[in-house]
Amino acid sequence: MSGREAATRAWRGVRWYLREFTGEARWDDYLRHCAEHGHEPVSRREFERRRSDALERNPVSRCC
Amino acid sequence: MSTTVSRDDTGGGLPPEGDVRRRPSVKTVVAWVLVAVVGAVAWTVLALVRGETVSALWILFAALCSYAIGYRFYSKFIARRVLQVDDRRATPAERMHNGVDFDVTDRRVLFGHHFAAIAGAGPLVGPVLAAQMGYLPGTIWIIVGVIFAGAVQDMTVLFFSMRRNGKSLGQMVREEIGIVGGIAALIAVFAIMIIILAVLALIVVNALAESPWGVFSIALTIPIALFMGVYLRTLRPGRVLEATAIGVVLLLLAVIGGGWVDDTGLGEALTLSKEWLVLALVVYGFVASVLPVWLLLTPRDYLSTFMKVGVIVLLAIGLLLARPVLQADAVTDFAREGTGPVFAGSLFPFVFITIACGALSGFHALISSGTTPKMVAKESQVRLIGYGGMLMESFVAISALIAAVVIDQGLYFAMNSPAGATGGTAETAAAYVNGLGFDTTAQDIAAASAAVQEPSLVSRTGGAPTLAVGIANILSDAFGAGMAAFWYHFAIMFEALFILTAVDAGTRVGRFMLQDTIGNVWKKFGDLSWRPGNIIASAITVGLWGYILYVGVTDPLGGVNQLFPLFGISNQLLAAIALTLVTVLLIKHGKLKYAWVPGIPLAWDLVVTMTASFQKVFSSDPAVGYFAQRQRYADAQAAGELLAPAQDAGQMDQVIFNSTLNGVLQAVFAVLTLVVVGNAVFVIARAIRARGPVPTTEEPAVTSEIVEPAGLFATAEEKRAIAEHERLVGAGRPSEGGVA
Repeated sequence: MSGREAATRAWRGVRWYLREFTGEARWDDYLRHCAEHGHEPVSRREFERRRSDALERNPVSRCC
Repeated sequence: MSTTVSRDDTGGGLPPEGDVRRRPSVKTVVAWVLVAVVGAVAWTVLALVRGETVSALWILFAALCSYAIGYRFYSKFIARRVLQVDDRRATPAERMHNGVDFDVTDRRVLFGHHFAAIAGAGPLVGPVLAAQMGYLPGTIWIIVGVIFAGAVQDMTVLFFSMRRNGKSLGQMVREEIGIVGGIAALIAVFAIMIIILAVLALIVVNALAESPWGVFSIALTIPIALFMGVYLRTLRPGRVLEATAIGVVLLLLAVIGGGWVDDTGLGEALTLSKEWLVLALVVYGFVASVLPVWLLLTPRDYLSTFMKVGVIVLLAIGLLLARPVLQADAVTDFAREGTGPVFAGSLFPFVFITIACGALSGFHALISSGTTPKMVAKESQVRLIGYGGMLMESFVAISALIAAVVIDQGLYFAMNSPAGATGGTAETAAAYVNGLGFDTTAQDIAAASAAVQEPSLVSRTGGAPTLAVGIANILSDAFGAGMAAFWYHFAIMFEALFILTAVDAGTRVGRFMLQDTIGNVWKKFGDLSWRPGNIIASAITVGLWGYILYVGVTDPLGGVNQLFPLFGISNQLLAAIALTLVTVLLIKHGKLKYAWVPGIPLAWDLVVTMTASFQKVFSSDPAVGYFAQRQRYADAQAAGELLAPAQDAGQMDQVIFNSTLNGVLQAVFAVLTLVVVGNAVFVIARAIRARGPVPTTEEPAVTSEIVEPAGLFATAEEKRAIAEHERLVGAGRPSEGGVA
């Protein structure tokens, strides 16, 4: 693997991790899910709104 | 609730797959021998070498090598032999998948989430305060404690909660130990949370009081978070990385901007007293708790997580580049005599409660039995997430300890002794510190304040300012001088940022607990969408921690000195409750022979916390015992005298009242824990008499359809298994569920 390829791979890995970590990738998962099951996806705005409303009921605890 | 005896316990199951013992390769053996040798050398240097030239990196190496060995051998033993994790069993994330709270999550991503949830200001502050005893006691406790106690607790609680569909600690205690223990645990959890929030807020107040630069940059985090919230909700929904990048840049600008504000008229206006900061925090906490999460809490959480990880990485690199030398003694006289000014009491038990987070933190049990167990993909991953996550937090604690023991010790004591002792000025502080036996001058203290552009560093208790000075020194050494003031305020901003995140989130969790509990008797109150209920429950929660915060801030004896022991002890009493639950469950599952795994840390933790509680309640030394302190001031008041540091009759009343309040709280926490432990003893006795597994609330096994690696990196074997699985699924194999 050349240095350039390694760098590209590392960058992809970091980007994948950050998108998964922040939940940004959930939109892609949702689109894929809709495509597989033949649903009409809602708009991104609507999707993110539902996601943050779900967070409202499931508080994430933060420790000391 | 289904009651079942799990497959492992009936002895009908096969050993978990992949449990075939293989002879390790020569390369592996050599590598581990090397790790052990480096670790042993580092420990030897720390234990034996004295003098001016011991490098702080030895602490780092001792920690990293010990962690590696603990993870590789002990956590593996716990996973395979004690818990018998079974990857053929579907986790709740797989069985109950709903894409909201139950969700199969990549192990590396979940590791990040779990770490972000457990690590906060605790591991940064405790070790700094414990540094008054020298670097060795803290180092030993952080490393040994995490390997045998803290990480064990986090991993086992995560496992047992995962086997019960992610039930909470309180719920498990109620169902597995008993209703009495359950109620005691519920009250203890809520009360301890209030204390933790109050002490965290106290640290922020102490870091920001009289510091316009700090106030300016922290205040700006609120509009920055609001902007990110609106950005993510309406401008560009879901683009979290974009929003966070903007947020981080704005945050850095806010820190730089604080330096300019310092010299203008605005600086005057932002020089706030502690009382004003308490009011600001209480109002903020209340508003944050009733606002929708997307507006403030979620974006702030992104910011604080990225800052947290960024600073830790930066500090680790800085340490390697700067290679600072230890300034503190290995063990100070305060450790032997218990007369230290930072917190009173001797090495045993007080080092072990001052450093809670980083070694053993009961609060983690709430997270290991909260969101995380509902997202684990495979059972074997509890090792990486539970044990590994806690090792990471321990590493943070070690870094903080290093930062505190490489700064000038005269300055350390000038910063961390209460104002009543130092007198508040550089001259009086220098005289006081010289009296303690450390070299420093008023000029040195003033120069240190000037270097970080703070009006004064005298009696900036709470640990955060000291850590910030340590970080500023290390990073200036590593990356070039001239930036000390920026690094100092950057460190303050990052500590305050995630304390505020913890305060936001903790208030909200406290509010939910209150609504849930009161909802049992008053249905309407339990409805989370009922506005008046939200407002009342938020007000009660904020009112409680705000009150204790106010008491701490105005305490003539110094709030940190008085309240930090209460915080440490209560956190570890919660750990005692969690470890009791784990011990009970192992015995109920017929694994009495492994009960020592949680049993030994439990016994140690009980000895430490009960000794500490006993001393805080019954000690006749007024510096240690709350009631002895109360008596001393009450006697003086009756005789019409004033006792330092109280300056008038009002302050005398205050000391008397605060000592009583702290003493009563301390006693209540200890009694609640003893109720849980006492209840558990009966359950254990019954289970032992039954000679074999007894029914528990563990969910029945369902065959898993997912193939995923267990550790951080997939082994060649796991990669083959995944490829094989994908081939089979791809070939249209019908998926089969059902009870194994």
